[in-house]
Amino acid sequence: MSSPTTEESAPQPAGIVERLVRDDVDRKRFLKMAGGAGAASFGAFVLAACGSSSKKTASTAAATATTSTTSPSATGDIAILNYALTLEYLEREFYAKVVASGFFTGKVGSLIKDFGSQEATHVEALKGAVSKMGGTPVANPNGKFPITSATQVAELAYTVENLGAAAYLGQAGNIQSPEVLATALAIHSVEARHAATLGTLVKKSLTPDGAFAKPDDMSMVLAAVKPFLA
Amino acid sequence: MSNHTLTDTGQSHLANPELAEFEVSGITRSSFILRGALAAGAVYGLGAVTPFVSQALAETGGGDVEILNFALTLEYLESYFYNVKGKEIALSGAAKSYASMFGEQEQDHVKALTETIESLGGKPVAKPAFVIPASSSSSFMALASVLENTGVSAYNGAAPSLQSKKVLAAAGSIVQIEARHAAAINLLLGKSPTPNQGFDVPLTKTQVLAAVKPLIKA
Repeated sequence: MSSPTTEESAPQPAGIVERLVRDDVDRKRFLKMAGGAGAASFGAFVLAACGSSSKKTASTAAATATTSTTSPSATGDIAILNYALTLEYLEREFYAKVVASGFFTGKVGSLIKDFGSQEATHVEALKGAVSKMGGTPVANPNGKFPITSATQVAELAYTVENLGAAAYLGQAGNIQSPEVLATALAIHSVEARHAATLGTLVKKSLTPDGAFAKPDDMSMVLAAVKPFLA
Repeated sequence: MSNHTLTDTGQSHLANPELAEFEVSGITRSSFILRGALAAGAVYGLGAVTPFVSQALAETGGGDVEILNFALTLEYLESYFYNVKGKEIALSGAAKSYASMFGEQEQDHVKALTETIESLGGKPVAKPAFVIPASSSSSFMALASVLENTGVSAYNGAAPSLQSKKVLAAAGSIVQIEARHAAAINLLLGKSPTPNQGFDVPLTKTQVLAAVKPLIKA
């Protein structure tokens, strides 16, 4: 899936993005797995999987196989990745401040620390994915978060993680590249794990939407995070 | 998926051992045919069974329907696990309330997947018989952790292959719930709620089936 703008020598973050996008073995495994889907037209899949390098062909040949007839666009995926990156920057900063607050110690403290580190790996992975697709990662926005007590912070974290999970879910159907989708899914379920963990901590529902998680669209999410932008 | 693509890819179905394994583990009429065909294939060589296999698969609708049926099999298993086995085991406290709540949600997933398959013109796979090797609360919850975490990886592995954006959205809304279940159970067991750190690892059908096969009665 190399694009002409790719710099193979550029430093890449470790993680699933690198594995899925760069590692030939994993890419082959991915293709094989996708082939295992059965009746997915092999030709259509390959075209879709080839991403930006064959967009024009893909939009024609895959039109019968996908619900979207608009030209699958790397630009769209880059915008989605940068949107996710913005959210992850904020989550990373939030957890860094929570850890610094010293409100949490022991087992909960180490969970909070883990979650913060994981958000940091999301930031790196998404930056890498944006660059890989020929885009420019958005700048890190400055956040501002109310950090007043352990309970308040834990509840805010619960809200933030649920929002993050809903944000990823809301974009799943808009992503064109299977690699980008796989990355988003790998992060999405981790945000859900964070949300559920925090739910147990603040004694709120593990599954606030019931058996089916609800997606949030980009404008809703951006409106929700606006108060946290400095 | 339209029918012409099924015909076009009949050969690649056959060549795909992952799919064959999945179909063999099902109990539908088509997979019964497939099982027979594969048995014949073992004797005569796979080339000889191509028309039979194509025909069997054509009846399932293929593509998204097959992925959904794969997911349905896992949800049948999870639903049985909580709603049947969970009631045979003396659970208490959080384990009991999780089993009850998660069991209801897995049953909702079964229903949603069944309806989605039907709406696509496919035939939902029949519910297999299960055997759950758990006799205590601790072995039950340990298995719950395996099932939920495997479920997350199964959905994450299969979702990028889905053609319909609507089906993808449905799968996404289910996998998020499986991830929440997995985290809560892991926490209860004193395990990390994020066993894969920042990125949940996708599994192929073959890997998932290898993990759950001992629980499905042949």
